Amino acid sequence: MSAPRMYKTEAVILRQRRLGEADRILCIYTPAYGKMDVKARGVRKTTSRMSGHLQPLTRCMLQLAQGHVNDVVAGCETLESFQPLRENLDRLSRGLYAAELIDRFAPERMHSFPTYRLFVETLRRLAEAEDLDQTLRFFEMRLLDQCGFRPELEACSGCGSRLEALDNSFAPISGGAVCHVCAGGIAGARVLSLNGLKVLRLLQHGSYNDAMRVRIEGPLAREVETHLRSFIVSVLERDVNAAAFIERLRREGARHAVEA
Amino acid sequence: MNESTPATAAPLARLIDELYKLPGIGPKSAQRLAYYLLRMPAAEARALASAIVEVKERVTFCSICQNVTEVDPCRICMDGERDRSIICVVEEPLDILAIERTQSYRGMHHVLHGAISPIDGIGPEDLKVSELLQRLRSGEVREIILATNPNLEGEATAMYLTRLLRPLGVLITRLARGLPVGGDLEYADDLTLKRALEGRQEIES
Ligand SMILES: [Zn+2]
Ligand SMILES: [Zn+2]
Repeated sequence: MSAPRMYKTEAVILRQRRLGEADRILCIYTPAYGKMDVKARGVRKTTSRMSGHLQPLTRCMLQLAQGHVNDVVAGCETLESFQPLRENLDRLSRGLYAAELIDRFAPERMHSFPTYRLFVETLRRLAEAEDLDQTLRFFEMRLLDQCGFRPELEACSGCGSRLEALDNSFAPISGGAVCHVCAGGIAGARVLSLNGLKVLRLLQHGSYNDAMRVRIEGPLAREVETHLRSFIVSVLERDVNAAAFIERLRREGARHAVEA
Repeated sequence: MNESTPATAAPLARLIDELYKLPGIGPKSAQRLAYYLLRMPAAEARALASAIVEVKERVTFCSICQNVTEVDPCRICMDGERDRSIICVVEEPLDILAIERTQSYRGMHHVLHGAISPIDGIGPEDLKVSELLQRLRSGEVREIILATNPNLEGEATAMYLTRLLRPLGVLITRLARGLPVGGDLEYADDLTLKRALEGRQEIES
């Protein structure tokens, strides 16, 4: 039998699941091969020297041996562990949310250099940013764009007429913003305030720094989040699991603040 | 999976389907196990089947610590010699065995039956968290040891519980570093685990 072909790749670990006695299947995201599942042997044992490098949300250099079904991790080295993200639940929950979106949107075994870069930058930002939610919104908008699901924000996605500078609607089913005439006939259309439209456009056209320079809070932040989330759910045809946990932390955080 | 071709007898196909539902069992392993069981002596097969039925009928969860038990409350919860002011919180019943093996812990336990994993949709509501809060109502408990696994999900669970429990004014500690990151508690050797328990530290906010 010939020796297995070995190759090296940088990767971010997205998630892992147990396999058999002490192994794990890791879902990893790479720049050149996109998303794929690889096998890591013996990593649940406390004697494993690899397990610490293979935790979700770690950027590492992997040595992989080609396998029958899944390639097998033969060696690894941590490049970046985004430590502050691991030590704070608000940051961690958003990092996991970003990882879940990558897992759902990224095709298997297809190179993805821009999206890989966006994801790594987002993890770095989530490790430092003050406004974590706005960082996520920027990530969502860019990810949709890169994956070919850019929301229409200039013209009505129903009739193509120019959107007027007043309250319009947002309808994921139709592909983005809709004018008030079209909104009546489209299921799931919700009011899109003028400020909400401006923020969405800023997220779509501006750089990260541009987007973060504007402070968006309270109901406006919730409105933008709701529209982007509904768009994502409509594209994926399923909920984003990690969103429920973020929502819970927010709710309980508010309760603690009231009690304190 | 349902690969039942005419070549597979229906009861065998059903067994393969059932085995495939087990954790860590892929389609190939399910088939191998099913053919192994098929060739097993009838008495052995019956013993296995009755062990499965019995475990479902006789083993329940302790209403206090949520550990698996034949009697409720379990023996540890009923043991008058144990220190009721400390609760060690673990993910799985097997972790209690690991901690008991060290013979250096005389407090109480609490099994969460999992760890928070937002991507998999597993949140605090899916774990025995409210049962833990319930136990703190008596005011008897002064320390909670968070002994969840030293991996991402275990740390997330520990951070979440810290947030939740801190306002209640109990001392919250975490097993000392030394347990390698990513390893599972149930695989830790007795000495390492004993040191981690003894060297536990208060979690700072
Ligand atoms: Zn229109
Ligand atoms: Zn008990």
